[in-house]
Amino acid sequence: MANMNQTERPPIYLDYSATTPVDIRVAEKMIPYLSEHYGNPASRSHPYGWTAEKAVENAREEVAKLVNADPREIVWTSGATESNNLAIKGAANFYASTKGKHIITIATEHKAVIDAVRELERQGFTATYLEPEPDGLVDLAKFKAAIQPDTVLASVMLVNNEIGVIQDIEAIGNICREAGVIFHVDAAQATGKVKIDLANLPVDLMSFSAHKTYGPKGIGALYVCRKPRIRIEAQMHGGGHERGMRSGTLATHQIVGMGEAFRIAREEMASENERIRMLRDRLLSGLQDIEETYVNGDLSHRIPHNLNISFNYVEGESLIMAVKGIAVSSGSACTSASLEPSYVLRALGRSDELAHSSIRFSIGRFTTIADVDYTVELMKSKIEKLRELSPLWEMFKDGVDISKVQWAAH
Amino acid sequence: MTVYFDHNSTTALKTEVLEAMLPFMASQHGNATSRHSFGRTARAAVEHAREQVANAVGAYASQIVFTASGTEANNFAVRGICNNMEPAIKSVPAQILTSAIEHPCVSRPALAMQASSSQSNAMQAKSIHVDSDCNINLAHLQKLLLTPTNLVSAMLVNNETGVIQDVAKVAEMAREHKAYVHTDAVQALGKIPVDFFTLGVHAMTVSSHKIGGPLGAGALVLDKRIDIQPLLYGGGQERGLRSGTENVAAIVGFGVACDLATKNLSAFDVHTANLRDHLEVGLAKLNAVIFGYNGLRVANTSFFSLKDIEGETLVTALDKAGFAVASGSACSSDSTEPSHVLLAMGVPEDLARGAVRVSFGLSNTVQEVEHFLLALKQELTRLRNLTAVAA
Repeated sequence: MANMNQTERPPIYLDYSATTPVDIRVAEKMIPYLSEHYGNPASRSHPYGWTAEKAVENAREEVAKLVNADPREIVWTSGATESNNLAIKGAANFYASTKGKHIITIATEHKAVIDAVRELERQGFTATYLEPEPDGLVDLAKFKAAIQPDTVLASVMLVNNEIGVIQDIEAIGNICREAGVIFHVDAAQATGKVKIDLANLPVDLMSFSAHKTYGPKGIGALYVCRKPRIRIEAQMHGGGHERGMRSGTLATHQIVGMGEAFRIAREEMASENERIRMLRDRLLSGLQDIEETYVNGDLSHRIPHNLNISFNYVEGESLIMAVKGIAVSSGSACTSASLEPSYVLRALGRSDELAHSSIRFSIGRFTTIADVDYTVELMKSKIEKLRELSPLWEMFKDGVDISKVQWAAH
Repeated sequence: MTVYFDHNSTTALKTEVLEAMLPFMASQHGNATSRHSFGRTARAAVEHAREQVANAVGAYASQIVFTASGTEANNFAVRGICNNMEPAIKSVPAQILTSAIEHPCVSRPALAMQASSSQSNAMQAKSIHVDSDCNINLAHLQKLLLTPTNLVSAMLVNNETGVIQDVAKVAEMAREHKAYVHTDAVQALGKIPVDFFTLGVHAMTVSSHKIGGPLGAGALVLDKRIDIQPLLYGGGQERGLRSGTENVAAIVGFGVACDLATKNLSAFDVHTANLRDHLEVGLAKLNAVIFGYNGLRVANTSFFSLKDIEGETLVTALDKAGFAVASGSACSSDSTEPSHVLLAMGVPEDLARGAVRVSFGLSNTVQEVEHFLLALKQELTRLRNLTAVAA
């Protein structure tokens, strides 16, 4: 871009949960499919089409391998949002007449799940938005109790995008199987971070995204289980691509990129997670030196990449503005345009103030020890400065219990 | 190296497009919704591309909704507009009219709407006839419009024959009957001038990879006064009309491709018309039937049949001879059914089965056309001899 200041040093990127850079190995695999191999994979009459189709099928195998699925169970989409919409609306509509019209999901799901369920409510479905426990995890007994005779579908994310907690998908899936409920899992934030074994997990539908795992934006996939065979109603009609489940010309270069990104994830996940855990622990111990900090979400059932912390007596927006040297977010990128406190943190029972003063640090493949140390120092100095200006902090230090203060109305 | 004569299926990415995309595949990797500098850079790039797309189609940037493909934009238009009709209009059984030559990503969502509509509120999907030159039969449209109509969808340029439709007239007629109008302009952009306001439609689909942009980006151009229901729900991107993380690199590429398409419009027309005319002079000598020949066509497309030769067989033979052509649209090239476009034009099934589509791009040369004609002649002789022996 012409208007970009080339000399300005970019901030340290700690927002890997919003999106990841494309791994250079991924980009190198993609570029030939943008230049010489530009065929339409649906063209059956010439080698341009065949080359593209072969690349698409190789990538399908790589995606399937990472999650131990059959390549025939992988349907390409434009991203996790489309996968979630296709899974939820597609399965709910297909099974409504036989199973019923009640859906269970969790209050801390991504908007693409919540809003797809809300749309079904407008169409006459009913829904339960189950509150998680204060640690962000779903209580299995409460989940079981939420199932009704007419429950058709449950949707629970594997890894939460804001707080990084990992749900017990196996246990929840077993409850669903027993009750005959279709089970969808949004795994957009999980690939390359937790091991996923779909050959053995009781999961019917699972959503994936490439751009959270060092692949390109604009490509995702939906796993549709073959045993037992799960059916979905197509949401996009046309040329009948993807065995009729999802029409539209396949974007070969993006699919190739997703395949390569998932191959790298499979091969490097174990060592990468270890390194990232070390970085996260270093960040956590540094930030815990600061008074009045609260980690949001359970720390043991959590991906090593995520740290979500509330800094009490600091206003969230001023905090984000003050720490411009690092690129972080105060919630998920999708909702960061709004100034509302995170609905995920609210669902954990956090006060508006604490929810408002939270920061999500997400660490990734290219984060270094120096990045982490710089971040700790930056946070320490900025928070100290902001608190110096804060009358609330002063009152807290003077021993006033702020929750008991009766504020005058005006 | 195979000579590529299948540009209507997809066309090579332009070098300038790739160059513009590369930074967004590497250092500029932000999520356009993020508020930090990575996000803001991505946002600025998306908004710049929106201007470029808007300029190419004669609309305002705020009217552009990015999607992942033309297919998605067409599904979004048909389903989104029909689902959001005012209850007063919805309460009377109404219909969706699509021309008989539409791409399946327009006609099939219309059929799906019909299948899913409740008994009491049945929505009917009907097809508008075309004449033997591949022009929409306006008299038939007039007749169909006597029944209350939700939406009329008519493509601007047919992907197989290249025939240009009088969409402005269709829109005028539909508006008189208070129906909404959508046009699929995927095959028109970059080949003829496309102007949203002149066409008078409420919604228009365009796609990136047909004009030298990357696969993975398309757009629906919208009259902002109409309500449209989203296809995808979630983070609320694209003013809530299309959720999902913006595919920044593809959108940037789409924008640059739009600029280039406008710039090269007359060069493309002159260059491919010359190739097409060259081809068709040769085809006439071989007694080929050229479909839509009497219609107003875009310059780059020629769709023809040779007597007693099966299209699939010929396409395969031509491929071996080093020429990539199509027997119909790529999307349906899995099926062996004759083209629905030709059947709608009243072409006999036998002749329709022989159809071969050649579609040129700026990179093709007269020499390639000469070589193609030679190869075609040789293959014809060979195939006809084979048939003679078999008989």
